[in-house]
Amino acid sequence: MNSGASSSGVPHWWWQRVTAVLLVPLGLWFVFSLLRLDVLDYRYVSDWLTHPLNALGVALLMLVLSLHSQLGVQVVIEDYVHDPARKRFSLVLVGFAHALIGVIGVVAIIRIAAGGAA
Amino acid sequence: MPRRERPLSPFLIYRFDYTMVLSFSHRVTGLLLAIGALVLAWCLVALACGPAHYARFMGILDSWMFKLLLLGWLFSFFFHLANGIRHLAWDLGHGFEKSNARMSGWIVLITALVLTAGYVWMALGRHGGVP
Repeated sequence: MNSGASSSGVPHWWWQRVTAVLLVPLGLWFVFSLLRLDVLDYRYVSDWLTHPLNALGVALLMLVLSLHSQLGVQVVIEDYVHDPARKRFSLVLVGFAHALIGVIGVVAIIRIAAGGAA
Repeated sequence: MPRRERPLSPFLIYRFDYTMVLSFSHRVTGLLLAIGALVLAWCLVALACGPAHYARFMGILDSWMFKLLLLGWLFSFFFHLANGIRHLAWDLGHGFEKSNARMSGWIVLITALVLTAGYVWMALGRHGGVP
């Protein structure tokens, strides 16, 4: 548990790299998909997300993105917040926010994909 | 008694270099993108809640402040991506010499600017606004 400044040591470093590599294709795919979408049209966007491959892609993006973001923001807090109580508080807050991003993102996608005509 | 050289503070030893600015920017763009992830999750929730909620969410996005934010996120995305690939190359042991680090730093910045400009150019052609 207590193996260095990041308090998780090698797994932390490793996961940050794994998620980074995964985010290269996922991020590029998502950002350039937005370009082809008429994002203002609810029907169009929800139809796009109902397609299984797109739903899987965005769900994967939300999970990998929230993990990568969590690992990165965690390091920034550990580097810049020195007061132990404040550090613990911000780490819990940030951890909660990232769990929320991942879980809520995936649940929303499942609802959209399953609902179809909501 | 001869005066001895005293050890210098790191602040005096390390010259300020723009490669430092670049590495700090990786964190700043990363934090911006973390906020972007939160907004993206919010967008998906709005979408799952139905047309009325989604329209309200998009209404909030349709302001100058948010368009500027979207532009910031877009640049942050391309910058963080390009610089992230640079970091991964370093992890594999490539390009860590000072001259290479400088050169790849410039390539990262120019790539991010060109991709952002190209993306906005295409977005304006598709639907008359940054998505």
